[in-house]
Amino acid sequence: MWAYAARRVVIGVMLLLALTLVTFVLFFASPADQARHACGKQCTDEQIAVTEKALGYDKPVYEQWGMFVKGLATGREFPADPELKKTHPEFITDCDAPCLGYSKTNGKTVNYLIGKAAPVSVSLAVVAVVLWLAFGVSLGIIAAVVKGSIIDRGIVGLTLIIYAFPTFFLGVFFLKFVVVKWGILAYPGYVSIAEGGVANWLNNLLLPGMTLALVFLASYVRMTRAFVLESLGEDYIRTARAKGLTSRRVLFKHALRAALTPLVTMTGIDFASLLGGAIITEQVFAYNGMGKLTVDSSQAWDLPTIIGIVVVAGAFVILANIIVDICYALIDPRVRLG
Amino acid sequence: MNNEHFLSVNDLQVHFKTADGIVKATDGLSYTLDRGKTLGIVGESGSGKSVSSSAIMGLHQGTSARIEGNVWLDGVDLLTLSPPEMRKLRGKEIAMIFQDPLSALHPYYTVGHQIAEAYRVHNAVSKKHARKKVVEMLELVGIPQPERRFDGYPHEYSGGMRQRAMIAMALINDPSLLIADEPTTALDVTVQAQILDLLQKLQKEFNTAIIMITHDLGVVAEMADDALVMYAGRAVEYGPVSEVLTHPEMPYTWGLLSSVPDVTADTDIPMVPIPGNPPSLLNQPPGCAFQPRCVHSSKVPGDLCKTTMPDLLPGSHGGSGHLTRCHLPNPELIYETEVAHDVTPTQSEER
Ligand SMILES: Nc1ncnc2c1ncn2[C@@H]1O[C@H](COP(=O)(O)OP(=O)(O)O)[C@@H](O)[C@H]1O
Ligand SMILES: [Mg+2]
Repeated sequence: MWAYAARRVVIGVMLLLALTLVTFVLFFASPADQARHACGKQCTDEQIAVTEKALGYDKPVYEQWGMFVKGLATGREFPADPELKKTHPEFITDCDAPCLGYSKTNGKTVNYLIGKAAPVSVSLAVVAVVLWLAFGVSLGIIAAVVKGSIIDRGIVGLTLIIYAFPTFFLGVFFLKFVVVKWGILAYPGYVSIAEGGVANWLNNLLLPGMTLALVFLASYVRMTRAFVLESLGEDYIRTARAKGLTSRRVLFKHALRAALTPLVTMTGIDFASLLGGAIITEQVFAYNGMGKLTVDSSQAWDLPTIIGIVVVAGAFVILANIIVDICYALIDPRVRLG
Repeated sequence: MNNEHFLSVNDLQVHFKTADGIVKATDGLSYTLDRGKTLGIVGESGSGKSVSSSAIMGLHQGTSARIEGNVWLDGVDLLTLSPPEMRKLRGKEIAMIFQDPLSALHPYYTVGHQIAEAYRVHNAVSKKHARKKVVEMLELVGIPQPERRFDGYPHEYSGGMRQRAMIAMALINDPSLLIADEPTTALDVTVQAQILDLLQKLQKEFNTAIIMITHDLGVVAEMADDALVMYAGRAVEYGPVSEVLTHPEMPYTWGLLSSVPDVTADTDIPMVPIPGNPPSLLNQPPGCAFQPRCVHSSKVPGDLCKTTMPDLLPGSHGGSGHLTRCHLPNPELIYETEVAHDVTPTQSEER
């Protein structure tokens, strides 16, 4: 299994490199003047030329990409141009491996920016995934068990109604009522565990986490319900009942084991994509996570940051896929890795 | 009646309420079975064999099925038991094996674990003790290296081995009644024979009563003491195997007998399938359910076959033990003159 995992990681890394190459080519193919955007609106032509040189934008795309990849492996210094280094030593910024680049817009390395934003998005994603799994799966199981009843219809109907609301509406609704009108929770603002402890961290993540979880809730309820019903109709469930097992044991041991397996894939992929940022939720709650960083850097044509985000988000998705496949092999004895 | 026989099914009805109407999957079914004996239930797919037998197991509990009649087992009417009482009998007094052993076993648990579970749910024993018992059972049903195979998963077993494991699971609590629902249908011919032999051997050892469900009259000929032919949810012919297979009196049974391919005969006797399809069990018309497919119904005076359902009554041969549901006045003569030569000799001469 470890050999398999290692092979998958190698393939994943190559995939990631291909991803960065495509991103590079796409961005440099765009008509926008990268150096002008990086330098700022007030820059003189001379300043733009310096910026272009400092960031290596004067080099061909493949060379820039080569420097990027080398930076990932060994780290790099900005500016890269030896002449500039000599004339403007005060500009020099170190970027340790894996160096994702330097954002002139922010005057910081991309590693620093993502290092700030990622914990926010990860926290948000963790809280959301726990909430939607806890509620989505249990509601889905209940709906399946009482299939066709009022409760079943109520659960499915309600989650669908929630699903129909746009995310920003749910977020604003929570802010307006839970925080402003009823005063149940304080206005959320991200506090890291290191700064405020777990309770404080969680308290602040409750509303944005809930907002995000509600977006996924409906599909998880319906999926769980469908998978449990399918599993309950299997022959091995009839065998389990024919043995004289209690209906509880039939459900929890025999039906759920098979029914919940496909949810592993969905959860893995959904969770991984959230790590790359939940744009709307972060925007509504003014959380400076990956989503916010994506929006800001896109608007500012902050190319190095965007590439950094693409690499990190891509890495999350690739990693999640590997973990999901390994989980499958652990859950289902029929699955052979290799 | 209820105390004479070990199992006595009496006017059993299993009806499903569906959106299209009531499906009468089993209607007015009665039969008896004694310890150590085998009843063969035959009929085409959809004739209600599985549904009626699952009713004995209480497997319809918690579904939309409406069940009526009595199922006396050892003096207790199973249909009056509460779900928890029925659950205690399931797998202990009455066990069942199914058609497709691969789908009947849970793919995620080892075979040994699944059999041990059947044992431990009815016996308060340690895991270790259960394992020992399961290994014994696996050995008994002829699984080589049972100690090692205990930890194998269903997909690592061959089809025949899986069915052997299912038999081990069913018999581990020494049930007095075993329902085998087409246990060999999904298996190769050679494996089929092995499984039937195994069942017969174990039946002698445990004195188990067996309901052998099949659509293969060859299986009935080999295994059963009594035969019950089902059509559209009802018994159409019922009696000792020697009677039913050698002096069948119902055209549906004739059709089944003629459609058995004879693998041993070297003569070119054509296989005669029964033309047409089984009727829908929804809104059945009056009259004999088999009439639309029956080539002999013209020999019945008037349109009796279309208007009146025949009762299940003693036929002209074999006395009161051989029941048939047919309007034909002289079925024995028709069989001898028109049908018997189509029937492969191995079938009728087996006993
Ligand atoms: N839960 C159910 N609801 C409605 N109809 C059913 C249900 N289960 C079985 N039936 C119907 O009952 C009939 C008999 O089925 P079954 O006993 O499985 O036949 P077989 O003789 O092949 O074992 C079939 O026509 C089937 O469609
Ligand atoms: Mg069946």
